[in-house]
Amino acid sequence: MSQPPYSLAELIIFAAARAWRNDGELLATGITPLPRLAASFAKTQYNSALMITDGENWFVEDPVPPGPRAADLRIVTEGWAPYARTFDNLWSGKRHAMVAPVQLDRFGQANISVIGDHNKPKAALLGARGFPGNSIHHPNSFFFPVHNSRALVAGEVDFVCMAGYNPARWPGGRMPGKIDLRLIVTNLCVMDFSGPNNAVRLVSLHPGVSFEEVQDNTGFAVVRSEGAIPITPPPDATALAEITRLDPNNVRATILKGDPPGDRRAS
Amino acid sequence: MGFRPLSEPKALNKVCSIADIIERLSSGMTIGIGGWATRRKPMALVRALLRSDITDLTLVAPYGGPDVGMLAAAGKVKKLVFAFVSMDHIPIEPHFKNARQAGLPVLELDEGMAHWMLRAAAMKLPFLPTRVGLGTSVVDQPDFKMITSPYEDGEALLAAPALKLDAALIHVHRSDEKGNVLVFSPDPFFDELISRAAAKVYVTSEKIVTTRDLDLPVNARFNLFERSVVAAVAEAPFGAHPTSAAPDYELDLAHLRTYAASADAPEAWAAYRQTYVAIEPDAYLAAIGGADAIRALPKAIY
Repeated sequence: MSQPPYSLAELIIFAAARAWRNDGELLATGITPLPRLAASFAKTQYNSALMITDGENWFVEDPVPPGPRAADLRIVTEGWAPYARTFDNLWSGKRHAMVAPVQLDRFGQANISVIGDHNKPKAALLGARGFPGNSIHHPNSFFFPVHNSRALVAGEVDFVCMAGYNPARWPGGRMPGKIDLRLIVTNLCVMDFSGPNNAVRLVSLHPGVSFEEVQDNTGFAVVRSEGAIPITPPPDATALAEITRLDPNNVRATILKGDPPGDRRAS
Repeated sequence: MGFRPLSEPKALNKVCSIADIIERLSSGMTIGIGGWATRRKPMALVRALLRSDITDLTLVAPYGGPDVGMLAAAGKVKKLVFAFVSMDHIPIEPHFKNARQAGLPVLELDEGMAHWMLRAAAMKLPFLPTRVGLGTSVVDQPDFKMITSPYEDGEALLAAPALKLDAALIHVHRSDEKGNVLVFSPDPFFDELISRAAAKVYVTSEKIVTTRDLDLPVNARFNLFERSVVAAVAEAPFGAHPTSAAPDYELDLAHLRTYAASADAPEAWAAYRQTYVAIEPDAYLAAIGGADAIRALPKAIY
């Protein structure tokens, strides 16, 4: 069967969904629409034991589409998810979040608090939110819609909200809790933390992207394994149909500037 | 001859006005605010604070929204203790952003760490140990100290200090005159902890009803805490607007956008204050379009 055309957003959803593939029974949280759709895809296609929420207060049996809800949409609730329970659950480790921070560094430390000096920031963002607790209790993955060296920074992020593989920040050099960083999915590639000493390693390049393009847009050295670099597998017709079913409002077309095609060789 | 009390006991009645609550607050206090971002914020009290002379507040709003933005924009805040400030659909709270970028002093927390610090205050403990914050810049702030576990593990832990509040402000759906309260929204958030961490708790309620009309024990799970927690309660219909008090009413996104736009220039903020803040609570409902318009707001999608 020939490969149907697919958008970069659809490639990212398909690639990011694999983050939860072997997680067993835990809460899959995707922050911002593409990770959320990826978690939805993982739930319906790879791992039905995953728990997901409606984005507010309820555990739901089937993914709730992002954006406006059709009048006839039937949402089957399977549990209560107030914030108190969110924290109790995350402290147990039974959650894997894919988050979209503003900055990430080579240690996997992430920032959503400020750009610049914490006392008088150049840009005040959200604040640390639950990132510190998340980072030492449960697995975390990352999504970056624009892969550049302002997002994937040299040195350390401006305010470390998520702990990473940086023993200099650990009390007595001992890892606090359990830091377990998984995938980094961007508009250029997929990376993980499986290089030497948890260094960031390239897993696959999106079709038409070169290693040099990834490295030139990253503030730290990206580990390149021996041999040919895999191409990020594209979603087939069945996967694309499922993504369309999960996202009837086509919110995915609004996330990346110009909604570019997934295979840059084609354009 | 039976027992006769020296005098008739007076029925417990904590009902007062919003203005009465403001009378009981003063400059320099540490004040905690309940709710979450755009949900169930005690905004009628926040607006009343803006109309008052009270200032130099240490504001504890772990889950901040327009409450933080308004108080900061009005120059009422000496120090902000928070984990985030956001209006959900408007991710960055622009008044908070302005204040922060002008150097508003803060203590920045993790959301879960904030529970621990409130719980420590509620339990009259100096601190509670946690790992949350370790490995991050949060613990680089001078407010924090470490402790070593005295048990075999010998683990280095953060001694999260008690977050003691002089007063807590929360908004609920129903209360009786004695301060038995009900919160009907799908998430009670951490209003109980914020209240228990406070020396005095001031409540606004959509409606004040008879104890019988609270319909307990049917509504028992919506009862936040025992009434001795509450110092005073004022009736404030639509008192959370422009945030939500679902299921009674949803957030007013159009109003939040108007409010957000008022951060663009000092004149815009002055105009917003003139129209929506410098008026009595009774006039506010007319200014925002009336009760029917608020009740008709569509359900928010997160």
